[in-house]
Amino acid sequence: MTKSELVEKIVEANKLLTRKESEMVVNIVFDAMCEALKQGEKVEIRGFGSFTIREREAREARNPKSGEIVRIPAKKTPFFKTGKELRERVNNS
Amino acid sequence: MTKADIVEKIYEKIGFSKKESAELVELVFDIMKNTLETGDKIKIAGFGNFVVKEKADRRGRNPQTGEEIVITARKILTFKPSQVLKASINNH
Repeated sequence: MTKSELVEKIVEANKLLTRKESEMVVNIVFDAMCEALKQGEKVEIRGFGSFTIREREAREARNPKSGEIVRIPAKKTPFFKTGKELRERVNNS
Repeated sequence: MTKADIVEKIYEKIGFSKKESAELVELVFDIMKNTLETGDKIKIAGFGNFVVKEKADRRGRNPQTGEEIVITARKILTFKPSQVLKASINNH
């Protein structure tokens, strides 16, 4: 399912909503989550899961083609932990 | 940030009532949960992809007792953040 299919499903479920409005809702949902994560804030969606920022330490790795050692700087990465309800539903389906 | 904060943003930006905004946020996540439950993946451009992966049986160990156990096959949900999201988090 893509974002536009999600927009479509919302319109199907809520007949009072226009496609444009549904698109605005979906954009606000994901923009808000992106923005919070950008600020380093945790995002917690009950029944779905939570997003946190994890810090990755700088490390040395090898370019597999040339064998050259490259430095990978420390960076932050978003991490998703599936909520209990969704984890059970995904596993039991 | 919780669902309540997202509800507030929808109320502010679109002008729907708080009740309506709350119902819409619930609907968005309900549709996503129903989709993932069927094993289908979700691709949100600019945010990331949610993919259900099948894990086979594997041997594990109880870290407390050292006892060997079999971790049964299961389906798990994984999230792969988009390049855009990863970049924006690091450039802050």
